[in-house]
Amino acid sequence: MKQFADLIKTLDSTNKTNRKVEALAAYFNAANDADKVWTIAILSHRRPPRPVNTTLLRQWAAELSKIPQWLFEESYHIVGDLAETIALVVPSSTQSTKKTLTQFLEEMIALKSKSDEEKKNYLVQNWECLNYYERFVFTKLITGGFRIGVSQKLMTRSLAKATNLDEDVLAYKLMGNWDPRTISFQDLVLEEKESDYLSKPYPFYLAYALEDDVSQLGDVKAWSAEHKWDGIRSQVILRNDEIFIWSRGEELVTDKYPEFQSFIGSIPNGTVLDGELLPFPKGEIGTFNDLQTRIGRKTVSKSLLEQTPVILKAYDLLEWEGKDIRGKPYLERRQLLENLFRQLDSNVLGKSFYLSERLQFDTWERVAKERERSREVRSEGLMLKHNHSPYQVGRKKGDWWKWKVEPLTIDAVLTYAMRGHGRRSNLFTDYTFALWETKENGDKELVTFAKAYSGLTDAEFREVDAWIKKNTLERFGPVRSVTPHHVFEIAFEGIALSKRHKSGVATRFPRILRWRKDKKIEEANTLDDLRGLIPSMAKESHKETAK
Amino acid sequence: MKTPLLQFTNKGIYCQAADVYLDPWKPVDRAIISHGHADHSRWGHKQYITHHRNVPIVKHRLGEVNISGKKWGETFSINGVKFSLHPAGHIIGSSQIRVEHKGEIWVFTGDYKTENDGLATQYETVKCHTFITECTFGLPAFKWVPQEKVFKEINEWWAQNRAEGKTSVLFGYTLGKAQRLLKHLDTSIGAIYTHGAVENMTQVLRAIVDLPPTTLITGETKKEGLLGNMVIAPPSAHGSTWIRKMVPYVTASASGWMTFRGARRRRAIDKGFVLSDHCDWDDLLDSIKSTGAEKIICTHGYTEIFSRYLRELGYDARTEDTQYEGELAEINTSEPEKAAAP
Repeated sequence: MKQFADLIKTLDSTNKTNRKVEALAAYFNAANDADKVWTIAILSHRRPPRPVNTTLLRQWAAELSKIPQWLFEESYHIVGDLAETIALVVPSSTQSTKKTLTQFLEEMIALKSKSDEEKKNYLVQNWECLNYYERFVFTKLITGGFRIGVSQKLMTRSLAKATNLDEDVLAYKLMGNWDPRTISFQDLVLEEKESDYLSKPYPFYLAYALEDDVSQLGDVKAWSAEHKWDGIRSQVILRNDEIFIWSRGEELVTDKYPEFQSFIGSIPNGTVLDGELLPFPKGEIGTFNDLQTRIGRKTVSKSLLEQTPVILKAYDLLEWEGKDIRGKPYLERRQLLENLFRQLDSNVLGKSFYLSERLQFDTWERVAKERERSREVRSEGLMLKHNHSPYQVGRKKGDWWKWKVEPLTIDAVLTYAMRGHGRRSNLFTDYTFALWETKENGDKELVTFAKAYSGLTDAEFREVDAWIKKNTLERFGPVRSVTPHHVFEIAFEGIALSKRHKSGVATRFPRILRWRKDKKIEEANTLDDLRGLIPSMAKESHKETAK
Repeated sequence: MKTPLLQFTNKGIYCQAADVYLDPWKPVDRAIISHGHADHSRWGHKQYITHHRNVPIVKHRLGEVNISGKKWGETFSINGVKFSLHPAGHIIGSSQIRVEHKGEIWVFTGDYKTENDGLATQYETVKCHTFITECTFGLPAFKWVPQEKVFKEINEWWAQNRAEGKTSVLFGYTLGKAQRLLKHLDTSIGAIYTHGAVENMTQVLRAIVDLPPTTLITGETKKEGLLGNMVIAPPSAHGSTWIRKMVPYVTASASGWMTFRGARRRRAIDKGFVLSDHCDWDDLLDSIKSTGAEKIICTHGYTEIFSRYLRELGYDARTEDTQYEGELAEINTSEPEKAAAP
């Protein structure tokens, strides 16, 4: 545990990726095998279930610190992290522990079925004898959510460095269901298996946003356009009568989307598709909100599957007949993809496999016109792809561009603020915005419509933070209401009617575009202005659902 | 109702009986100043009264002003009100201001810390009826460790950076923190370089206290000369073009705010040392208790939370709005000097 706590301390003391990788690799070289497996598990979100609920945890920490509960809660709001708060407020100790990380985790697993009294004794005993970092790590392991600025990718890279194994192969080995209590480091990491390579995806080719005028791209006839879908970018791999679905976050998500099992047998082995997973309720593309009902679920109920099925909109072919064809020009790859599409059987056609249409235009004006239609067809804009472009690795300029529609914007009033978390703790950076609504008696009131916490520079955040601290009206735990005074221009990607929102409208990815210091609150927009931005199609379909 | 001995007005803390303000934030005729930080000693007063060690600091910052210096414990009367200054331990020349009138005693702390830092005269308890206290770190999450331990860590950090061929850049307030760091750095490890703002203030303080030699970084300073050495700079230098000269360098901040992991990560600083010129939670509670005061007024910091807790302990405690900032500027990029410029 001392080693692991030292590792966390080192990771905490640097912002540089290389140093983090070095520290992790050194840890993987020095730690015992069982601790290594647990470390991999913790850093890939495979913690044991939380043995104690946080309410009790907070009570016991306040008790041990001899402070009233409300004071503990206030401290928690300000610190922004429960484990950190506990590590800070309980009386300090300079002792250290000899127990290993594995021992601690085994104790925590056993703790789950114990009585509250036993749990309390266990926690208090450890809090009293661990030093600050050990106590922080110990409590973090109990509370879960081990976010310490180390992504799974970074951990994998470090492990690759320590073991001299290929990073991608390692990423695959660490996927899926394995149990840190039973698996050995040898089995999990070191052993070579044929199957390790079976699911291996290709790196995604990503595009930059188009900044210049579109006509700068030259001859429009050398380019194709596709709509840019708002779903989960995915690679679908069919090899050896198995299917593997990788998301852009390099996460294997096959089990979450059982509708694609039908691809096996219908699509030949040795095929790798690039495309977008999209929600498809009632036979048409849904909103990202619909997709959200599926993203978090590992097991999918039958009713959810019927209510919100997911489809693949395929737009590229990376492997065909077992061969890597990424070097072929875009048009050739599309040709093969379209051939494949035409030969599909009824098991998949019109069910879970769709083709993202390739569009060609004879003038850039027509391309621009098509882009204007994006919200109507539920896309975010267009992808422009050069007809001769190979499928490249990572984010590259030149051959592919994304040309999103301009975001919708509205001027809103800052009404509430909350402290941020992590690196923004102790700074008010999470804001709530409101628009004007005229009540029946003719009075105007501000109605909350969105929250946003990005879009300002650090200097602006500090300025707003200082203003909030001086202009607080009321405090509700971590939230403060502030004098309505500042107007911000809020941008968002999508908009739909919603029964879950007080304003009756849900916006997608709201963020702050700029601080309108030139505007008074009376000049902010109304809720009616916001409703006016909803495309007519969305209004219609909402009415139907409402029935 | 009788007028309280000290009132909180829109100009500052006001003693009506003497027609004097304590650390006013708007220009007044006569001001008694607790210490030299910009949020406490502001520009524009007709007359300044402060501890004599603070006189050169105020003159350096505000130019030639009408200022008189007092000794610790020296009583001076204004309109029959007795005033005296007592060590607050915050920075060099920082005082608590004791006010006595008709048997009633009030003490205003300005900013203070109880630990002896080896530079500021150590804090002394002053018995009083009403204690006006800061509570910058008035939260149980704040617990300092003795400075010997912190400086051992800082020196080890420096030595390690030097071994790796990197320059150490340490951020701290221009006035107070910078000299405290200087005083306790182990000069056997290497040489100490300074940013202009730090160097100027340090030169002023050399007349009062003993500090190790420093070299100002100028346009002529060679990059190679900096390697492995220590650079002391104000927090605002972080992320500036000035700092690029130090490459390869490692940064650290020394502040009470470094208690929070988030505060350090937010500023993208490599290392945080928890070192403050204010009281921690226990120091605040102990100091308040020792004064024997029944009435407590909290001026800046986590005032609402802290005064609520004091009320639960049985004190008659309340909060008053002031424009003091405590150590806030140390985590923001704007230096207090800049913020208060007229």
